Amino acid sequence: MTEIPEHLRKRAEEAKAKAAAKAAEGAPAEAAPAPAAEAPAAAGDSKIPAHLLERAKAARAKSAGGGAEASGGGGTAVATAAAPAAPVASGPPLAAGPGGHTQRLLTVVKSGSIQDVKASPQDKVHVWPHLLSIEFVAALFCLSFLLVFSIFVNAPLLELADYNKTPNPSKAPWYFLGLQEMLTMFHPMVAGVLLPGIGMGGLMLAPYIDRNPSSKPEDRKFAISLFTIFMMACATLTIIGSFFRGPGQLFIFPWAEGLFFEL
Amino acid sequence: MAKTMQNKGGPGARLNEKMAELTDTVQSSQAWNSIFRPGSIFRKGYTDSPRNRSYVIMNSVLYHLHPVKVKRHAVKVSYTLCLGGLSFFLFILLTVTGIFLMFFYRPTAAQAWNDIYALQTSVTFGLLVRNMHRWGAHLMVLSVFLHMARVFYHGAYKPPREFNWVIGVVLLLLTLLLSFTGYLLPWDQLALWAVTVGTNMMGYTPVFGNQVRFVLLGGAEIGSDTLLRWYVLHVLMLPFVIVIFMAIHFWRVRKDGGISGPL
Repeated sequence: MTEIPEHLRKRAEEAKAKAAAKAAEGAPAEAAPAPAAEAPAAAGDSKIPAHLLERAKAARAKSAGGGAEASGGGGTAVATAAAPAAPVASGPPLAAGPGGHTQRLLTVVKSGSIQDVKASPQDKVHVWPHLLSIEFVAALFCLSFLLVFSIFVNAPLLELADYNKTPNPSKAPWYFLGLQEMLTMFHPMVAGVLLPGIGMGGLMLAPYIDRNPSSKPEDRKFAISLFTIFMMACATLTIIGSFFRGPGQLFIFPWAEGLFFEL
Repeated sequence: MAKTMQNKGGPGARLNEKMAELTDTVQSSQAWNSIFRPGSIFRKGYTDSPRNRSYVIMNSVLYHLHPVKVKRHAVKVSYTLCLGGLSFFLFILLTVTGIFLMFFYRPTAAQAWNDIYALQTSVTFGLLVRNMHRWGAHLMVLSVFLHMARVFYHGAYKPPREFNWVIGVVLLLLTLLLSFTGYLLPWDQLALWAVTVGTNMMGYTPVFGNQVRFVLLGGAEIGSDTLLRWYVLHVLMLPFVIVIFMAIHFWRVRKDGGISGPL
């Protein structure tokens, strides 16, 4: 909870004490508030057009049986007082005007004409415990998988680096093997710089190239196809480079000539 | 908890009573209350109320990466597959294991390989931690890549999230660079020749290719200077940069209206 600043609390306390003193003073004159409230209503009487008064009277007579009815339904803000509903049950109130009116209807404002109606409230859930518990379990799964995998599979440590002994084949780390595979097809500048540059640049610019505002899969078939082709191309090249290239970067079948691949 | 263990009379009951009393004293102490902020489940009289659920998030430096509430569809595992969160979790895991490895490693051509070998053979849990670091790194490259695919297929790069996508692509590049700089550090045959292949590709950059290669290697060929250079990049500079980009990435997720809407 927010804490109330000291000076505000003091001021409120003073005001409360003052109000209490006043109430004690005015206790004998019980009826005092009633005339005070009546005065503005009486003053307003003359300004209500006669035909409106008539109409309101008729409406009141009609709904008298129904008792108190809520005002301002259907998305309209109606500037009527809730007060007139109560007197229906218990005769004319002290503060009522001629027709039982305490206020006039000034205008009916449709919602949205003045206020900017914000989007309807969304269905939300608390992050704790709903999301945090899921994240915790996911992290736990990830950690246990990594731990168990690390217990059973050792990271490679080959013999000491030797400039005079070039392994055949020499391969880049697996995520660059797609690029290395393209080296067998294109000039190194194209395969090693131009194509990956275009790929990364294209990825970065994707949101500025794709102007389609919809995120529904059925509306963006072209974008999804293009991206899927891109991903498949990367995966295929990487897999070929990883498993289907043997000594001398020659094409081999891993099941026939074995794996030439280290992670 | 103490209450459930209570049995009828006897020394057990008295012990439980004492325990409850002690818990109460500790939990009401100033020290305890200064450590555990409102909403902490360790605070006295913690109840599962909407207010406390909010406090859990707001009053925790780690959890407040999250908003207090998220859209209901966002907690479905099938929507995000937890890939972004797991990438972050793997980064933390790699930081922790990496700090452990730093205690036993010297980045010179004469000592690097021997240090890794000694780590594996004579340091308690050395082999396990090195395995976790290596497999975790490969897993992180994979999870970041899959996270990108997930985001693309959901169209989550569309306005207002365009720039966060660009930061995401930068994070993918930084992840690859972190993995690649770490590849050289064991200084074995695999490291040396994989990095030779990788940096030869960079040498084909038009106009200033040789300069790029020279700066990266700290010389014309891979050697002890390269090892030091890549070590500093791997343990200090790239983590520093990637943390900054991650901070912006996570912050923008919140600023751009939380996780992308349901399809």
